[in-house]
Amino acid sequence: MTASVTLLASITQKIRPPRALAVPWALGFPLGEPHNATLQRQVLEQLLALLEDDDVPVLQTMA
Amino acid sequence: MAELRDMSFAHRAFVTAYRFRRLDPVPLAGLTKPVEDCRVALVSSAGLVVPGDTPFDETVKGGDYSFRSIPQNADVSALEEHHRSDAFDHAGIEADRNIALPLDRLKELAESGKIGEVAPRHISLMGSVTAPGRLIRYTLPEVVDVLRSDEVDVALLVPV
Repeated sequence: MTASVTLLASITQKIRPPRALAVPWALGFPLGEPHNATLQRQVLEQLLALLEDDDVPVLQTMA
Repeated sequence: MAELRDMSFAHRAFVTAYRFRRLDPVPLAGLTKPVEDCRVALVSSAGLVVPGDTPFDETVKGGDYSFRSIPQNADVSALEEHHRSDAFDHAGIEADRNIALPLDRLKELAESGKIGEVAPRHISLMGSVTAPGRLIRYTLPEVVDVLRSDEVDVALLVPV
């Protein structure tokens, strides 16, 4: 099963992947800031949390 | 969050007119085990390759639809980026490859017990495939074969 980061939620709404996490950064920065390991792990942990959701498609904005 | 208006006129016009494929019905694969027991792989569209591996080809019409595998023990900082697009700022990836292929972060999650284990191979594609027919017909079944043969439970997708 899959979960995807998205940088362009408007496009993701058209495609409808099963689980997507909209992150608040510019194109080219899907995990946030370079060398910010804490932030990068938070993205992955929120992606993993989406796997528990069977009500797909789910497009969640990063907390 | 990035917005279409952040793009150049040319990129915005292309994306606005592009006929994105719509998943209908939306596929559902449920977890068969807790995330803490899952084997997890990454799939990145940043065009990263292991040094010495064949670079992605920027000249392929419609976009290079091939893929590379990135082994678990790859030095993330040494990966080479061959993404052709000028639609995004490459500075983040240049500074830290984990921005697009967070393999070091995935290993930390495994060490802390948040996931079961890191998959032995990860998948690298180059985005900007404007004609995705060959990607869908030929490449993605091969990618699925790799992930299945590695008994991957979860693939986390990281488009740039």
